[in-house]
Order: sequence, then C-alpha cells, then structure tokens
Amino acid sequence: MTEIGQRKEIHAAAELKQLLTEYYHELGSAHAEGQKVAWCTSVGPAEVLRSFGFKVYFPENHAAMIGVQRAGEKYIPVANAVGYSPEICSYLTSDIGAYIQHWTPLDKAYGVKSIPKPDVLAYNTNQCRDVKEWFSYYSREFKVPLVGIDSPKYIGEVEDMHVDDVTAQLERLIRQLEGITNRKLDEDQLKGTVGLSLEATNLWKEILETAAHVPSPFTFFDGTIHMAPIVVLRGDRRAVDYYQVLLREMKARIAAGVAAVDGERYRIYWEGMPIWGKLRALSEQFAELRTCVVASTYCNSWIFDDMRESDPVRSMALAYTKLFINRAESAKEQYIAEIAKRFKVDGIIFHDSKTCPHNSNARYGMPSRIRERYGIPSLIINADLNDLRLYSEEQTKTNIEAFVEQMEVA
Amino acid sequence: MAPKMFAGIDVGASATKCMIISEEKEEAGSAVAKTGIDLAGGARKVFEDALSGVDGGGAAVARIVSTGFGRKNVPFADASKTEISCQSMGCYFHFPRAIVIVDIGGQDTKVIRTDADGKLRGFKMNRKCAAGTGTFLEEISHRLDVSLEEMNALAMRSKKDVEIGAFCTVFTGTEILARIREGVSREDLAKGVYKSVVKRAMEMDTLVGDVVLTGGVVAHNRILCDMFSEILGREVLIPPEPQLSGAFGAALYALQEAGQSRLE
Repeated sequence: MTEIGQRKEIHAAAELKQLLTEYYHELGSAHAEGQKVAWCTSVGPAEVLRSFGFKVYFPENHAAMIGVQRAGEKYIPVANAVGYSPEICSYLTSDIGAYIQHWTPLDKAYGVKSIPKPDVLAYNTNQCRDVKEWFSYYSREFKVPLVGIDSPKYIGEVEDMHVDDVTAQLERLIRQLEGITNRKLDEDQLKGTVGLSLEATNLWKEILETAAHVPSPFTFFDGTIHMAPIVVLRGDRRAVDYYQVLLREMKARIAAGVAAVDGERYRIYWEGMPIWGKLRALSEQFAELRTCVVASTYCNSWIFDDMRESDPVRSMALAYTKLFINRAESAKEQYIAEIAKRFKVDGIIFHDSKTCPHNSNARYGMPSRIRERYGIPSLIINADLNDLRLYSEEQTKTNIEAFVEQMEVA
Repeated sequence: MAPKMFAGIDVGASATKCMIISEEKEEAGSAVAKTGIDLAGGARKVFEDALSGVDGGGAAVARIVSTGFGRKNVPFADASKTEISCQSMGCYFHFPRAIVIVDIGGQDTKVIRTDADGKLRGFKMNRKCAAGTGTFLEEISHRLDVSLEEMNALAMRSKKDVEIGAFCTVFTGTEILARIREGVSREDLAKGVYKSVVKRAMEMDTLVGDVVLTGGVVAHNRILCDMFSEILGREVLIPPEPQLSGAFGAALYALQEAGQSRLE
C-alpha cells in the first residue's frame, strides 16, 4: 500500500533500466566493434536503418533525458548563442547546446560518457520541420550524409496519394542507404524488423489500453518512462520481450484491483508533450488529488499498428504518415474525442508547449470545440517540454487543483 | 455561549485577507495586510486582526479555510481551496445567477465561469506574464512617477484616449518613456495603462452575460469598473468588498464544510 501522493512503482522498471543501459552501452561501443551508427528521428525510418545493420540512436530520447535531468536551462542558451532561437524546439536547442558543451545526460543515467558519433542521419518530418533542421546541424558538424522523408502534412483522411508519396521517398531513402553502406537491402531482414516493430507496437497499445480499466493500473507518467523501448528499440526483439513483461504486470494489477493512483476519483486525458523536468512533481500532485491521468496522445503516438511484414515499405509509409501529429485539426479532434470516451475521462488537460507548436493542440480552438461537441471540460497549461523557464509552477499547480475542484462540483 | 464563526484566509501575492462570518453568512470581522515573506505569520496576523471585534475570539471559530497562492502555508487552516473556487463561491453569493467573474489580482488575472446553480464551470488564468495584473500597474506607476494609490485619480483626470500597444510589462515601460518624450500627459498615459489592463482581461475569454469584476486591483482602481462597463456596453457587477471576495468565499466553504473532520 502506498501513501496518498506517492508514485506506485512498477516492478518491470528495473528490467527497463537494465535494457536501456545495455542499449546505450552498445551504441557507445559500436564503432570500436566495427559497427555503424545511424541517428534517427523518433518516428523516423528506424526499421530500414536496422535492416542495414546500423545501431540506431535517437536524439529525441537524448533530449528528453536532458529535460528529465532539468539541464535545459543550462544548455538552451548555448544553442541560442550560436543562432538557434529560443522560440524553436527546446529539444533541438537543449541537445545542440549540450553537444557544444560536451555534456550528456547519458553519463548520469547509464554511465555512458558521450553520445555515439553518427555515420548517417535519417529524419522524417512527419513530426515537424525542427527535426530536419536539428539533424542538418549534426550533418554539417560530423560531415556525414543526411537522408530523410519530407512527409505530406496536416492530413485529414490519409489517401493513397499520400502513401504513394511516402512510399516513393522510402524507396529513395533505401537506395541512398545502399549507396552509403555499399550493400543491398536484405528484404527478408526488413520484413522481420517490421514484424518485430508491429509486435512491439501491438503490445505497447495493449499496455496503454489497460488504463481504460477503472481504476487504471497505469498513468501517463508511467507511460512517459516505459515508452522508451518502443521509441529506441522498435524492430528489436528486446522491445517485444520487455513489453510482454510489462503487460503481464498491468494485467496482474487489474486482476488484483490495484490502482496506479490509490482512491482514483477522476480520470484525465493529457494532450500534448510531457513537461519532462516536472514529471515527478506533476504525478505526485495528481496522486494527491486522487486523479489519474489515464490517456495521452503523446504515448499513443508510438502505436504503428498499420505495419505489415508482408508489405513492409508501403505499410511503414502508411503507419508513419497516419501519425496523430501529422494530421489535420478535424482528424485530431475525432481522435481525442474517441479516446476520451473510451478511457472514460472526466476532463482534458492541453499542454500548450511554447516551443513545440506542432504538438500543441489548443491553439486553433480545439478545447472549446471539444467542450461544445462532446461536453468534455478542459484546462490549458502554458509550459514547455524542456525549457522550464517557460513554466510557472505555482500557476500550473493552482490551475490543476482548481480543475479538479471543478470536477468535484460538476 | 458565543455564536459559531467561520473564517476564510486569502493569502494573495500582494495582500493577505481574512474574513470571518457567522452561521447567517454575515461578516463578523475582516482584515487586510500586505503579504510579506512570512506567509504563515502574515496569515496569523490578519486572522487575529479580523477577530478583534468577534465575540469569543478565536475559540468561536469553528472552521478555517485558506485560499490564494499561499493557501498551503496556513498551518492553522482546516482545509484549503483554490482562489478560483473561492471567488466563484464568494461572488455567486452576491449575484446568485450565471456569472462570468473577472478577478484582477496582484500577480494574475482570472476569468471564472459560474453557472446558475453556483457551480464552477470553467476558468482561465493569464499566462506566466504579469501584463494586465496588479504587478503591472505597480511597475508602470514607477514609470509615471506617481504612487499606485494616486494613479486611479490621475487617470480620472485624463481628457484623451491613448493606446498602449505592448503586451509585455517591460516593453510597456519602454513605450511609456517614448510617449512621455512625445509630450503625452501623465493623466492620459495613466488612463491608457488601465485600458490595457481591461484589454488583457477581455482577450482571455468572451465576456458574455453578467460580468462580475473583483479582486484587489478592482477595489483600489475603480476606473476599471467604468472602463469595463463602457467597453461591454452594460454595467458590470461589483461585490461589496472586491478585495475580500476570495476570503469571503473561503469562509463560505468553511461554513459549508463545517462538521467535516479537520484536515491535517
């Protein structure tokens, strides 16, 4: 039994720590062992890179760790000073700033002293423009090739023409990688990798779905930690193995009636980016308020259940284009409303992340529309993913507390 | 035996307020003091000051609810509520119908929606920026070389509308310096500054229906009420003691919750 306000530990977390330590040490020793390293955006073509035998590193995961270790304020100004505006993605600015200062959060987290140097960089702009600019910096810095996909954006219904476009770009990317690695793509290898991605993504989806249970065994804050394998080990057997363990634990919690938040009274949907440096403080505040954040678009963004082993390239094109962040307001609204209903939420918190306009969905009237059409109340929090100078803790705490008080009288 | 009393203590960013009410919801005592560094000590002091005319003193107070940004720093309170809920409760008591409350405080501005049954239906708080709050007025009063207390009277003497365009407190200060250089009078500038406070509040939400204006800034700068009424094209409602409406709401919560166990 935990006390009110305490986070309930997930046993699988120890295994997760071991897995990520192993992953980062492999990256650290890749070159010494004659292996090549590719950097990839978090929803980029990881399966293709793995099929070429690259060890794959994800700068976004690294940047999120900078945020978790609350080092953004130290390194963002360093990037600002070399010309990267404080208005752009604070993942980008904190990561480039940390690189310039030869600092990495991997040291404290996993005992890895430096980031692995890339042999190639691969992006997909299905998230935003900033990832491309971010990778372009490192391409110039390390003098290595930059390849990628410039996705069609703001899509309502995903149509064949969109998938045709991205499929063609993926095929071009494969040819580019064949040139860079001087080897042909092993198609069976790609099929196997896509198959493993699908397996992991389905398990991840099932884990997130356990939170639809009342009371929920899992919170958004747990999700932000346990999502690491679906980001960095997509297409790797170890992600599948890990999520089987985590899913068992969540199912066991449901069977035993264990709630992630003791005495769960209210259920919340978190829309937008996490505030990485405040995960603990926020999860404790919600637990004290006996309110569980049960769903999020962020954690759901790594569900790629359209992938098919039988048609790897085209199914990847569909999965990576269909992504929430890449969609039109109308599609996003339907998505949020559907999840809010399925997870039986009492309200939605929109995180308007100052430096992440693409993943801030309160800017074009969506909270009002959702309240009017579906009767779901919402709260907008103004903050940022990594730049805590844009976060007012007192104001945010009061806003959240008042939002729960609003539910109490509803 | 002395009648039972209920206290609300509102530890705001600029001022700490206390109101004590009877079971009949009538004011028995109140006090206001500047919020200092010692939040708990300041809260104790206003509580004691408010008690000065209360029969039976502190022993008569059955329950205390704290509110405001320092609500968690009142160790002798039985419970706490956000100022959003307390303003909703306090203003609805005076205007029992669907209302939109605009609370302009020292450090933030809030728009709070309360329905016809007195239930909190939604709220918005200004962003991190201080523009449009009491702190903003304080900063600008320095620029105009006038005390905050005198600024309201200064603006009332204005003969001309001056538009202050900047969103940011610091940039507004710079804009004012430029206007002084252009020869714009202090009176007109002061009025322009108040108008910008009104505009900041009005762009936070649509102010449809009955609007209640409250908070410390409203209490001390009545020109804001005239401006709101003028821009909205209808009279705005003002509770009897705008600076104390949050503390009053907290006291009403104390009364409502009386009988519940003391929350440690």
